Amino acid sequence: MSETTYKVPTMAEMASSGESPEILFWVGCAGSFDDRYKNVTKAFVKILNKVGVSFAVLGPEETCTGDPARRAGNEFLFQMQAVANIQVMNGYNVKKVVTACPHCFNTIKNEYPALGGNYEVIHHSTFLQQLINDGKVGLKGGGEFKGKKITYHDSCYLGRANNVYEAPREVLEALDAELVEMKRCKTKGFCCGAGGAQMFKDAEKGNKEVNIDRTEEALETGADTIAVGCPFCLTMMSDGVKNKEKEGQVQVKDLAELIAESEGL
Amino acid sequence: MEYIQQVLFLIVVGVAAFILTKRIKHIRSAIQLGKDVDLSDNKSARLNNMLLVAFGQKKMFKRFIPAFLHLLIYVGFLVINLEVLEFVLDGILGTHRLFAPYLGSFYNVLMNVFEFLAVAVLFSCVVFLIRRNVLKVKRFHAAEMTKWPTLDGNLILVIEIILMIAILTMNASDQLLQTRMPDQYASTGSLFFSSFLIPLLDGFGDNMLVIVERGAWWFHIVGILAFSVYITYSKHLHIALAFPNTYYSSLKPKGEMNNMDAVTNEVNMMLGINTEQAAAPPAEVGRFGAKDVNDLTWKNIMSAYSCTECGRCTSECPANQTGKKLSPRKIMMDTRDRADEVQTSIEKGGKGLEDGKSLLGDYITKEEINACTSCNACVEACPVNINPLEIILEMRRYVAMEESGSPASWNSMFQNIETSFAPWKFAPTDRFNWANDLKSEKADS
Ligand code: SF4
Ligand code: SF4
Repeated sequence: MSETTYKVPTMAEMASSGESPEILFWVGCAGSFDDRYKNVTKAFVKILNKVGVSFAVLGPEETCTGDPARRAGNEFLFQMQAVANIQVMNGYNVKKVVTACPHCFNTIKNEYPALGGNYEVIHHSTFLQQLINDGKVGLKGGGEFKGKKITYHDSCYLGRANNVYEAPREVLEALDAELVEMKRCKTKGFCCGAGGAQMFKDAEKGNKEVNIDRTEEALETGADTIAVGCPFCLTMMSDGVKNKEKEGQVQVKDLAELIAESEGL
Repeated sequence: MEYIQQVLFLIVVGVAAFILTKRIKHIRSAIQLGKDVDLSDNKSARLNNMLLVAFGQKKMFKRFIPAFLHLLIYVGFLVINLEVLEFVLDGILGTHRLFAPYLGSFYNVLMNVFEFLAVAVLFSCVVFLIRRNVLKVKRFHAAEMTKWPTLDGNLILVIEIILMIAILTMNASDQLLQTRMPDQYASTGSLFFSSFLIPLLDGFGDNMLVIVERGAWWFHIVGILAFSVYITYSKHLHIALAFPNTYYSSLKPKGEMNNMDAVTNEVNMMLGINTEQAAAPPAEVGRFGAKDVNDLTWKNIMSAYSCTECGRCTSECPANQTGKKLSPRKIMMDTRDRADEVQTSIEKGGKGLEDGKSLLGDYITKEEINACTSCNACVEACPVNINPLEIILEMRRYVAMEESGSPASWNSMFQNIETSFAPWKFAPTDRFNWANDLKSEKADS
């Protein structure tokens, strides 16, 4: 067994050596800067390294997709960001984009085409599901998740916004854990409270925080793990669990982290 | 004397048709206050949507019991209208049960089916009344369900019950008259449900019975005409507009926001990108986003008139569920009320849109639109494919771009994106730092 280090090639490096990767891994702002969420980025890169997919990131050339600006109403800012990103991606002749963030996924997939950015865009849940189907990861059976209860929190921008409901569940099933559903799931899933640029301001006055409501529901399932597929959901659910003082018993993890863990990465 | 009934009937129908035409014109014009948008593409997908969602009631069945009861009323409505055809012809021609001789024993089958549906409608309406008023289903008692919307919901149910009772009463007295004056009253055969009413009418003399029969007949037909005028003032308009509304509903993924082409032109010019659009003469740039109903599209306003105020959207809305002021149903009701107010004012030669009021501000507050997480739960829930989120987001565009009136924390988020290219204030040069630890970590291979 030889030891190598993980590789994180950038598009610029690849281009300068005349290569072009199969996929662009779009990291996103949370994936780049949020301390907790950076683990998800790393976990996903480890998986990419392990299965030997030819990939690259934009690295310093990546900027915000503009999603929060657009949802908060600032169309100018959104389009400035989008056009700049599209110029960079088109410059590298990008064909396929994978991202772990449902907001980046939605924006690049559905909203960039109107501005000249046409790519095949997939969310990392679908990507992981394909790896599992191809037998490249998972399927060990009886691993460290055996007998554990996992509940999956649907993110709005993956589920209702883009009809991705099954891929994340199939990924979790590969862990050999027991998947328990919350009462409000799939099309009826309940928002974590951070979408539509809510992440960047305090909630309006009400009688409860959305993430507390959702966390209570997740805890009611008795799951040890709340699985998520979105950086905002990860933050909101982790905060909820902390608020309920359950961080000792219940963990909030992204799909990529769970797969990386089960692979011993 | 012979013709009095016919003349009277024609007058009644004429008056109803006149009022109805006026009302339809009013609603049409109110819808046309909205901006034009071309939704004539993809006809087969649109037709499919309409058949599944409006005709097939697909989305209703997310909640089985109300969906089933609603289905009874809906089928009853469609089928009983066949009987109304006979009513109208009888009224014009001065005949009685025009179809009976032609259809023979099938007429009896048909009438029994109608009666069954009438009873089913009656049953459903009673259950719905109880649900609304006794069981206090939460979504029927939200803040926006003030006097009129609540009364409207109940009135419709009561009217439908009365109309159904009229049909049954008419059939019961008719059956009696068939035995007493067989040469004047065509035989319908025995009718199962109305037969139960016969004992109540048996004691009446012949004349009284004729009056009851005619009375019920007139009541039913006048009732239906009055009802059709009434619905144009009511949430019940969905029985007509649900069809075009689902036909014209969006075919795009729910997460996709409409692109503002006017902004694209400006951005392209600023960045010196020459596209065909930029080369074309600049389209007239109106207002950015929506402040009033004329900034929305005609489709948004049509949706507002299609809204049944069922509150399924609101009961799924995370903001509403956690006590925030936002209610997607209210967004739709406000949009309709404002469009109606403006159109009514225009018809009266009033100020119309220039009355110093606007949808945003006087009807819908910033607090409401700011609370939306754009989660699409309302869009998913709506049984007639209404999209309250689109209106909310258009208003946010107006606030952000025309007023610079977004919440302060959003304004700093905008600034961060502008200067650091991320919604948080991090140095853009640090964006790739996460990779450093990873590169030093060892991987097995
Ligand atoms: S999209 Fe907005 S209005 Fe609709 S359910 Fe979600 S939070 Fe409520
Ligand atoms: S928008 Fe749709 S779901 Fe909401 S109240 Fe109206 S009809 Fe019901």
